[in-house]
Amino acid sequence: MIGVGKIKQYSNVLDKPLSKGKQEVSLSAFAFLFSELVQYNQTQVDNIAELERRLEDAGYAVGARVLELLCHRDKGNRRETRLLGILSFVHSTVWKVLFGKVADSLEKGTEHEDEYMISEKELLVNRFISIPKDMGTFNCGAFVAGIVRGVLDSAGFPAVVTAHFVPVEGQQRPRTTILIKFAEEVLLTFNPFIIANCILILDSPSAKGITHSLGFMS
Amino acid sequence: MAPVGPRSGDAIFANVERVNAELFTLTYGATVRQLLTDLEEVEEVNKQLDQMGYNMGIRLIDEFLAKSNVSRCVDFKETAEVIAKVTHKLGSPFRPDNASVQVGFKMFLGVTASVTNWDVDGTSCSIILEDNPLVDFVELPDTCQGLYYCNILSGVIRGALEMVSMKTEVTWIRDVLRGDDAYELQVKLVKQLPEEYPYKDDE
Repeated sequence: MIGVGKIKQYSNVLDKPLSKGKQEVSLSAFAFLFSELVQYNQTQVDNIAELERRLEDAGYAVGARVLELLCHRDKGNRRETRLLGILSFVHSTVWKVLFGKVADSLEKGTEHEDEYMISEKELLVNRFISIPKDMGTFNCGAFVAGIVRGVLDSAGFPAVVTAHFVPVEGQQRPRTTILIKFAEEVLLTFNPFIIANCILILDSPSAKGITHSLGFMS
Repeated sequence: MAPVGPRSGDAIFANVERVNAELFTLTYGATVRQLLTDLEEVEEVNKQLDQMGYNMGIRLIDEFLAKSNVSRCVDFKETAEVIAKVTHKLGSPFRPDNASVQVGFKMFLGVTASVTNWDVDGTSCSIILEDNPLVDFVELPDTCQGLYYCNILSGVIRGALEMVSMKTEVTWIRDVLRGDDAYELQVKLVKQLPEEYPYKDDE
């Protein structure tokens, strides 16, 4: 029996109501799609670094949209503006929505101030992927690293994000760590993203006097 | 031991591991975007999506056959039903419980598809999808009007059916992204391929 009523047609996709985010597809459908994505990219590149970059770029697009979607739907249009806030948003909310569980751990790097790590025993995207020996340290988690970079970048925290395998004793498959290295400007005590926005608002001749006296060169 | 009957799509879907549809949707969107950037020509992208779907379909069919317990479909008519959905309760007038395409859509995408528009010979039918997780949040810009965004689905069906010895042609009749009211795929049986054996009979 074809659907009981015709679904309401919206002339513009923006008018369509947002779904609650509870719809699911099978894991194998996603795994097949992801494997096709990786295979397609393999035909387009000559080396591993480029393959990782392309997967990351694909993930970046996903991350930017995930941030918008979650902030609008789950956070009532509020977005984190502090470093720890956004990290915990990625570690819990984003992970929960995309992968069904919060990430295994979030740690601060001991050697460098600007490094943080999110670890996961087995990334969902890597579950059905095995890396041949000749591909060395390639990790399809680069897609997830791209998602994280997309979320952080769109939230105003530029960073370099990479995925690494970390062998664990007693476990056959290595753990995956997403390493986040924030750009310098993020770690200054005030967030220049916010200041920059203020300057845009104050852009008038009288305001120029104020900003000049505060020490910002226009 | 009596053979187990085919399982309904809902039952299988409840038992497989599932992921958030939005991750799936966004990943598919990223794939299409990458293809558009690399290939630039909409026709090329359509072909590539179909090819990717074909590669997926030839593998997906194994999982489908393993999980759904359907008996060998006797003819094309049964196959299409099976691909779409089990219509137990509704007492479908011309088919018993076997349902192939319908079970497939339910089990992988979690959506209900319906099979209609059979032609006189029983070699062509339409599969109608009301709701499609691939296209949430999607709008086609003016520069991509010739794009069949969901073309991967046609590749999947073609690939899967080819692995069960049916050569088919799958085309889009209606596409919501182009302004129609539902997604309609026409599946036409071109040829039933003889079963190929990897060994010779006389050896």
